[in-house]
Amino acid sequence: MNGVRERLASRAFTSVAVVIAVLWTTPTLGLLLSSFRPEEEIKTTGWWTVFGTPHLTLDNYGEVLTAGGNGSGRLAEHFVNSVVITLPSVLFPLVLAFFAAYALAWIDFRGRDALVVGIFALQVVPLQMALVPLLKLFSQGWLFLPAWNLTGPARFGQIWFAHTVFALPFAVFLLHNFLAGLPRDLIEAARVDGASHGTLLLRIVLPLARPALVSFAVIQFIWVWNDLLVALTLSGGTAETAPMTVRLASLAGTYGNEWQRLTAGAFVAAFVPLLVFVFLRRHFARGLLAGSVKG
Amino acid sequence: MSFDAFAQQPKLLYLLQGVAAFAAVVSLILLALHRGPVRSRAAALLLLAPALLLLTVGLLLPGLRTLALSFTENGGDSWAGFDNYVWMVTDPRALVALRNTLAWVVLVPSLATSVGLLYAAAVVRSRFRAFALLLVLTPMAISFVGAGVVWKFVYAYRPAEAGQIGLLNQLVVAFGGEPRQWLVDSPWNVLFLVVVMVWTQAGFAAVLLAGAIRAVPGELTEAARLDGASPRQIFWRITMPSIRPTLLVVVLAQAIGTFKAFDIVKTMTGGQFGTGVIAHEMYDQAFRYGETGRGAALAVLLFVLVTPFVAHQVRAQRRAA
Repeated sequence: MNGVRERLASRAFTSVAVVIAVLWTTPTLGLLLSSFRPEEEIKTTGWWTVFGTPHLTLDNYGEVLTAGGNGSGRLAEHFVNSVVITLPSVLFPLVLAFFAAYALAWIDFRGRDALVVGIFALQVVPLQMALVPLLKLFSQGWLFLPAWNLTGPARFGQIWFAHTVFALPFAVFLLHNFLAGLPRDLIEAARVDGASHGTLLLRIVLPLARPALVSFAVIQFIWVWNDLLVALTLSGGTAETAPMTVRLASLAGTYGNEWQRLTAGAFVAAFVPLLVFVFLRRHFARGLLAGSVKG
Repeated sequence: MSFDAFAQQPKLLYLLQGVAAFAAVVSLILLALHRGPVRSRAAALLLLAPALLLLTVGLLLPGLRTLALSFTENGGDSWAGFDNYVWMVTDPRALVALRNTLAWVVLVPSLATSVGLLYAAAVVRSRFRAFALLLVLTPMAISFVGAGVVWKFVYAYRPAEAGQIGLLNQLVVAFGGEPRQWLVDSPWNVLFLVVVMVWTQAGFAAVLLAGAIRAVPGELTEAARLDGASPRQIFWRITMPSIRPTLLVVVLAQAIGTFKAFDIVKTMTGGQFGTGVIAHEMYDQAFRYGETGRGAALAVLLFVLVTPFVAHQVRAQRRAA
């Protein structure tokens, strides 16, 4: 009796999971299939008819990536921008937060606890709150800080700056939690042997902290690659510096019915994060789990 | 072909320069750490200085500046007292944004977490666990902007005579209904945007909760099963209490993310038809209409609303660690 009921329950469970999986993948699948259909057909018939009349083409991708016209995505250029924006925006906060987290976790100094709380508390500040003054700082300078007045590729500099700053509180929080949990004996022993902080940091703590560092890198990568707000306000929106999200959002607004561009564009933009998810999903989950689940 | 690989060179060069400059700074810090005496306070200062400097210039001072700006007239020159805050609670458009934000922040975390929990519990013992989780996590990789495009397509509208290209209207027509413009009719269109956010967030919840469920000791559930507990009892009496800390962290993280989300509204409706939320309205006011003061006031409101959630989350996370 109990066995039957158990099997029924588990079958109900399985069917719920299948329903959710179907609901969650169908919209993406529809868009993906559409991106390979000729423009005429996308605009006149539903994507599900593709199973009856399979006309597939790569034209949409060619057009959205490299075609010249105004309405084209020119996504190849924006793809380069996304790469140029993302790499430093992951690397900079990773290294700086690691330094700070090490100091906060393993060096004793006065006011340390207050500093830990202070940096953690900065997670509260939504980036919306810093954007207007940041824009002013870059364009006009502020107090003792000179204007940057960046033009051309130097605009990337201000995006790196913004992403680095916005990531720091969470990065320090995540890494500090991890580093503080490392075995004390190990570090004390090395210190007794006369190791400098530089040696400790590079030779002992860095290898141990690798899981946490990889997790943060994955999370930050996804976040920066997919960001729209910072890019929209600080990149200037031109093909010279704006990442793919900005271009895709503007295509969705201006050419909202040009589905051949939008469908292909969405997948060009999602390609790299999808790869990262497929190969590094475990690290992504581990980083988010750090501190929320034991073990 | 308009893509000119050669024209991309300056960007890549700038990237190289940026990374090289950063590497130089990092090397200097490390060198000083090696050479210098092992004096602790100096070492701490050296390691903390870059982060603290950036946080001060890029987050702390701008935050304070926004607070000040929220009490000024648009350009930031003349004092406006509480005008911007009064506008926030009286202007119809701003009120709609407040109402929608409330709807989002109640609906998104509860729906996304429920779906995520259900899914996680169902697939956690399956052989295809990794693949199953990847399926629901994919929307997160697609980005909010991409998700906006995906769902605009699902909601696409054609007059009844024409063939439907949007899945939702096709289903409506198949069941004998009239096709509708889902994103236009307020206030229901807000729900159709909420669906998109839930769609992107459920995978995140599922992955974290699956991890938590797996961490529940097997002996515990086994013992309960031998004592004759039904799967439902095991779930409610053993699994749920064990994963409560994770559940709390997930809900809080979803709530924080929902407050700040702006991309979906921007991509799907641009805030038209009464679909604005605080984060999007702030962007429109500050960057499109030049109403810096109003934008700043909305940013301050966002800060005030998020604070208890973040505080709670930091505490929950530290307690669990």
